[in-house]
Parts: sequence; C-alpha cells; structure tokens
Amino acid sequence: MARLTLRVVALGYLGALLVVPVAVVFYRTFENGLGAVWDSVTTPAAISAFWLTLEVALIAVPLNAIFGVLAALALVRGRFPGKRLFDALIDLPFAVSPIVVGLALLLVWGVDGWFGGLGVQVIFSVPGIVLATIFVSLPFVAREVAPVLREIGDEQEQAAATLGANGWQTFRRVTLPAIRWGLVYGVVLATARAIGEFGAVSVVSGKIAGETETLTLLVEKRFQNFDLAGAYAASALLAAIALVTLAAMTILNRRREEST
Amino acid sequence: MAEPHRAAAARRRRRALARRGLGDFWASATTRQALDALQFTLIVSLVVAAIIAAFGTLVAWVLVRDSFRGKGFVNALIDLPFALPTIVAGLTLLALYGPSSPIGVNVAFTKVAVAMALLFVTLPFVIRSVQPVLIELDREMEEAAASLGASAFTTFRRIIFPNLVPAILSGAALAFSRALGEFGSIILLSGNIPFDTQVSSVYAFKQIESDNIDGAAAVSVVLLVVALAVLLGIRGLERWRA
Amino acid sequence: MIQVHNVTKRFGDFVALDDVSIDVPDGSLTALLGPSGSGKSTLLRVIAGLEQPDHGEVEVGGEAATHLPAQKRDVGFVFQHYAAFKHMTVRDNVAFGLTIRKRPKDHVKSKVDELLELVGLAGFQNRYPAQLSGGQRQRMALARALAIEPRVLLLDEPFGALDANVRADLRAWLRRLHDEVHVTTVLVTHDQEEAMEVAGNLVVLRDGRVEQTGSPRDVYDHPANDFVMGFIGPVSRLDGALVRPHDLLLSDEPVDGAEEAMVARVVHLGFEVRVELVRTGGEEVVAQLTKAEADTLELRDGAIVWLRSPLPRDPGVGVVGKTRDAVG
Repeated sequence: MARLTLRVVALGYLGALLVVPVAVVFYRTFENGLGAVWDSVTTPAAISAFWLTLEVALIAVPLNAIFGVLAALALVRGRFPGKRLFDALIDLPFAVSPIVVGLALLLVWGVDGWFGGLGVQVIFSVPGIVLATIFVSLPFVAREVAPVLREIGDEQEQAAATLGANGWQTFRRVTLPAIRWGLVYGVVLATARAIGEFGAVSVVSGKIAGETETLTLLVEKRFQNFDLAGAYAASALLAAIALVTLAAMTILNRRREEST
Repeated sequence: MAEPHRAAAARRRRRALARRGLGDFWASATTRQALDALQFTLIVSLVVAAIIAAFGTLVAWVLVRDSFRGKGFVNALIDLPFALPTIVAGLTLLALYGPSSPIGVNVAFTKVAVAMALLFVTLPFVIRSVQPVLIELDREMEEAAASLGASAFTTFRRIIFPNLVPAILSGAALAFSRALGEFGSIILLSGNIPFDTQVSSVYAFKQIESDNIDGAAAVSVVLLVVALAVLLGIRGLERWRA
Repeated sequence: MIQVHNVTKRFGDFVALDDVSIDVPDGSLTALLGPSGSGKSTLLRVIAGLEQPDHGEVEVGGEAATHLPAQKRDVGFVFQHYAAFKHMTVRDNVAFGLTIRKRPKDHVKSKVDELLELVGLAGFQNRYPAQLSGGQRQRMALARALAIEPRVLLLDEPFGALDANVRADLRAWLRRLHDEVHVTTVLVTHDQEEAMEVAGNLVVLRDGRVEQTGSPRDVYDHPANDFVMGFIGPVSRLDGALVRPHDLLLSDEPVDGAEEAMVARVVHLGFEVRVELVRTGGEEVVAQLTKAEADTLELRDGAIVWLRSPLPRDPGVGVVGKTRDAVG
C-alpha cells in the first residue's frame, strides 16, 4: 500500500511537470493540422534558423569532442600542477548562468572589449554564437569520458606499450575503443545542449533574422510577436530533436552497460 | 541591427566604460531592483532545491525499488529536461499552466511560474545523483536492521537516508546553482515583473539590452561567485563522501 | 529449538527449497552444508523471516513463526559481507537493536561495552566500520546480532569473505564463543572443513533437498550416498566405488586381493603424503599416506606398488582380478 502511494506520487509529479506539458505542446502544434505546421517550419526564417543551428552544432561539437577527450586524458592520466583547479574549472559551464557566458563574450569580443579592436566581427555574428555554444557544451564529453578512463585503468595501455605500440597507436587501438560509448554519449549530450542553447546565444547573436537567428531564438521571437502557432511549431521541432536525443541516450546507456 | 544604431551603441558603451570604477560597480550591483531580483533568485532557487531534494529522492526510490510496467520508459524520460531546450521548456509549461491552459490553471507571470520552470529544468539532478547510490546500497544493511527489529520507516530513517544524504545534497546543490543562473525557461513564464518575478539572470539580460553593461556585469559577478562557491562546495562534499 | 516443516521456496522456475524439514535442537551449533545453489542460504533466510516460504511452516522456540516478519522473530542474523552500518560507529552499530527496543541509555552502554569485550573489540567503540579489518567487522556484526539476546543466532557464510588464516582463527573463536553463550546457532557454509570443525550437527543439502543430517563423525563415517561422501571429504574412485584416499592400502610386494599400480607422482604435504597412481588399465587413483608409511615404502616416481581397498568389493572385483592376471 505504502509502495503504491509512493509510486502514484512519484509518477504524478513527473506527469504534471514533464509529460503532460510536453504532450500539450505537441497537441497545440498539431491541432491546426499538419499543413499549418509545415508552413511555419518552412518559412525562409525558419529554414535559415534550422541550418544555422545545425552549422553551429557541427562546428562546436567536434571541437568539444576533441577537447573533451584530451581534457579527460589529462585529468585521469596526467599529473600536473593545478590539476584540481582544472578539474573544477571544466565544470564551470554547468554552473554558470548562460547570461554570464554571453556577457563574458561581449566583454572580451565586443566593440569595447579586450579583442574588440582586432577587427574580427564576433559579437552579433555567427562566430559569437559558435563561441557561446562551445562554452556551454564544453564539459559534457570530458565528464562522460573521464570516469570510463578511470575505470579501465592504464594496464591495457601499458600492455600495448610493452608490445611496442607508440602513443598514438595505443590511443587509437586500445584507449579509443574502450572509451567509445562514453565518448558517443558525451557527444549526444553536447549536441543536445548545442542545439538547445538559448541564453548565451541570445546575448551575443543580435537576433538578425535569416543571419544570426537560431531555432531557439526563433521560438522566442515568434512568441513575443504573438505568433503562438509558429512558436509551437518550432518548439515541436526542437522537442522532437530532444526526444531523439533521449532515445539515443537510452540505447547508448544500455550499450555502455553491456560493454563493461 | 543597422550600422548607425550599432555605432551609437558603441559610443554609449564607451562612455559607460569610462565611468567604470569599483564604486560604480558596487552601486550598480546594489540598486534596489538588482538586490530585490537577487533576493528572489536566491530564495526561489533554495525552495526549488529543497523540493527537488524531496521529490528527487522519492522518484529515485520508486525507480530503483519499485517495479511496474513502463518503468524503463519513465526512467528514460527523466533526462528530458537535459535534452529539451530551455526556451521550449518554458513554452511547454506555459502551454499547460498559462493563460490558455486546457485545465484552467493559470500561473503565468507569477512567482509560482518561476518556481515551476526551475523545477522542470533541475528535475534530473537529485534523481540522477541518488539513483546509483541507492542501487549500490547494501541491501543486507536493511535486512540486518529488520532482523534487529527496525520497522520499514525506521530502517529508512536510520539506515538508508543517512547513506543517501551526500548524494541528495550534491544533487540539490547542483540544482541550486543551475536554478540561480537559469534564463531560457523563465523568460517567457515570468513576465519579468521588477520587484516580483524578476530573477537576476533576466535582470542582467535586460541591462545588457539597455546597454547598461556595468549593471549586468555586477549582477553576473555575484552569480558567478555563488555558482563557483557551490561548485567547490560540491567538490568538497564528494571528497568527504569518498 | 528451530523446526522447519516441509518448506518449499521457488524463485521463478528455480526451486531453491524442495520440501525441506529440519530440527535444530536448543543450544546446538548446527551447520547447513552444501554446494552453491543447494538452498542452504535460502533455508537460513526463511528461518530468519527474510524470505517467505511458498509452502511449509517454521517454528522458533516452539512458536509458529511462518507469518512473523523478521522484525518480530528475535533472531540474530550475521551476513557474509558483514552488512555493517557504514555511517555509524561500532558502538552505534552494536547498540542499534537495543535503541530500536528503546532500552535505557545506561543499559545500552553497558551492554554494548560488555559485548565488545566478549568479541574482543573493547576500545573500538568510536571507530567506523571502514576503520576495521574484515575479521573485526564480522566480530562487530556478531556483537550486534547478540545484543538483542536473540533466541537463535543465524550465520550466513560468516567467514566466507575473509582470508584463510583469519577464517581459521575465527572458527575456533566462534566455537569457544558458542560454548560461552550457548545460543542456538545455525551456520551456513559451503566449506566442509569449517562445518566439521565448528558444528555439532550437520545438515547436508543438495538442490534444495536435505541429503543427510547427523553429527560430523556420523556423516563422515556413514555417508548416506555418494554425493554426501564426495562432498564431505576427498574421495578416490576405484572400479565405480568411492573410497577415501586414506583408506587405500599400499604395499611394496604382492598381497592377496591387491592390484598392481605405478606411482605417477608423490606429493609431500608435511605430515601427509599424497600418492598419484596409475592402474594397469590407465585409470588414475589417489591414495593418501602418512609420511612414515610413505618412507617405509620408499615411494619413487615410476615405482610399482600393490593397491588394495579395505572395503568389501562389489562384483566389480572380478575385473581387478583379471587385470592382475593379465599383468602377472
């Protein structure tokens, strides 16, 4: 009986907070028919926002994947002064407000910022959006790969070394296969975050339709312009991406468990 | 943005920079509106962290110890707030609990709405930190307690809960720091009413928009310092746990 | 007195206990002995109330306990992996059952101190389990179980997670402890040596059934079947019959009823010597001698000896004779 009560409370909490709201968004999106949805996600602004979002993710995520693996290797295998500080700093993007991130970029790259005089257009243009996205999605890969590295230990790597493999061969043929599911999982999380980032991007993008407007910015603009149907449609698209991400996470989790 | 406008903005910003000094900085951080927003942000984040701690532990418990059809699906769903863009989260809650609510509940532009948005985005934190600990928890400890005469509730209070506390605390602290800086999910829901539903991140954003970079920076520094303190606190907690 | 009547317990398709009945006399130390999967731990957990049987009854102290929850059975249970309350000091661990029963503080304190003295952990009151060795943790767990003055003490592979030498110490210690406190004790183990050394009573289980009960000597000398014989000590197989290696007789010249065999390897184990032999048919047999016997026989690898079983031979004997003829 107590167990049933707990179950009902827990599921009720999740339902009221997660499931029903998301279901309502899909319902609102499609209540006017597929045609209307299709029209509003294929306006020039929407299409350009979609491609920009994709472009930003395609730049930010691979860079973060490389950085994440290197950072994880440094954290787990490396020994250097300030390691603890580095370890804490990697998590910074998790804890810092996206507005603070945006503001920091503004202060560094803005017209009056430290590098403002270099003549590189960063703020109110795509590089700014990319930088903001890289920053907010920075920790994911490192945080997924580091525990895997710790768990597999370095015996296999040492074995490879005694068998004559050089550093790169050891990494490619021993380390990388061992961390691959953690890496992919981190990439999925980073991609979701990169596509969904709003606050930091909204500070630095300038929101120029067709130029620096990402999908999340489009949702907000349409909402503020009382184009609710349009906002719902763009939201549904993002929510669909999120659900695909979720499915990928679930499958990858199973893979990871199987491989350990 | 048009060129002339941008140039004017730059000029204004340069003037603002020239004025910059520690006194001014402090003054902008402590305007009544900024202080009020900060106070509300801290309180609502604390409340949210407390709710998340309680319900997160409950959900983790149900996911680990209960069994029912569709549990795997529910478990996968927990990560939805990590995957869903925050702006969509805000719109989503607005659709259900806003002016056009299908169930007649309208909390839009109230403090409750802000809390709900924060509850949504921080939902996974405690669940995901408690779950593994609960799975790994030695079931024999509970059986030992039972054979020594402890009731189910006593066993939870004296055996299980003390072992979960570090995980609950670190999950709640993460949720707290996330809530402090949250922006996307709140901007549509809160209505950004000064002295009422305005939180620090939205306040800072509005300052940036109206070219008061100093004011934004001042609030940002406060947010940054609190976030860093929480982060280091969690680190300390984890070291204590190990 | 613990009585188990016709208990059956299934986990899905797996039958852990199949119509098991045992009696554990008051004040005895009884060992449930069997290979893994034999149901011995399940039986112990059924007695403790940690598992509900599908069928059958359990009585503890003459009182029906089948439907009593674990909390109400007054049973002390000790787990293989200690189940120490990690977040509590040694004192709080041992005091747990007494504080649940809301005993007065000074009573709890003196009882805890007394028990820690008994298990040899006096002075460890304020340590945490993580600061104890495995053997110390297990003794703390024993003190914790004894604190509630249980009607029965149930030990589930209590020494299974410990090093061999610690295990040997604790066995002897448990035997002495039992002589001191006399609480009816049931010990689960898969180690026949441990069971023989500690227990006054054995219950041998296999596949959820009781194969034999009796004193260690009884069970050793008169095993009910080949399984018990093989499980309770080393065996050699001679023409389909099981023999204890130390019962086999060796001589350096032909004896009546003996067969010829070649020494393949001599293993010196201190007082005992294990001799691996190859019979004329190519079968391998192991015999065990004392060092003195082996010295007299001057056993070397490749030597020929005559091998004889003291047991009355079944019809298979004819085969032995024939083989000998063929060789001779």
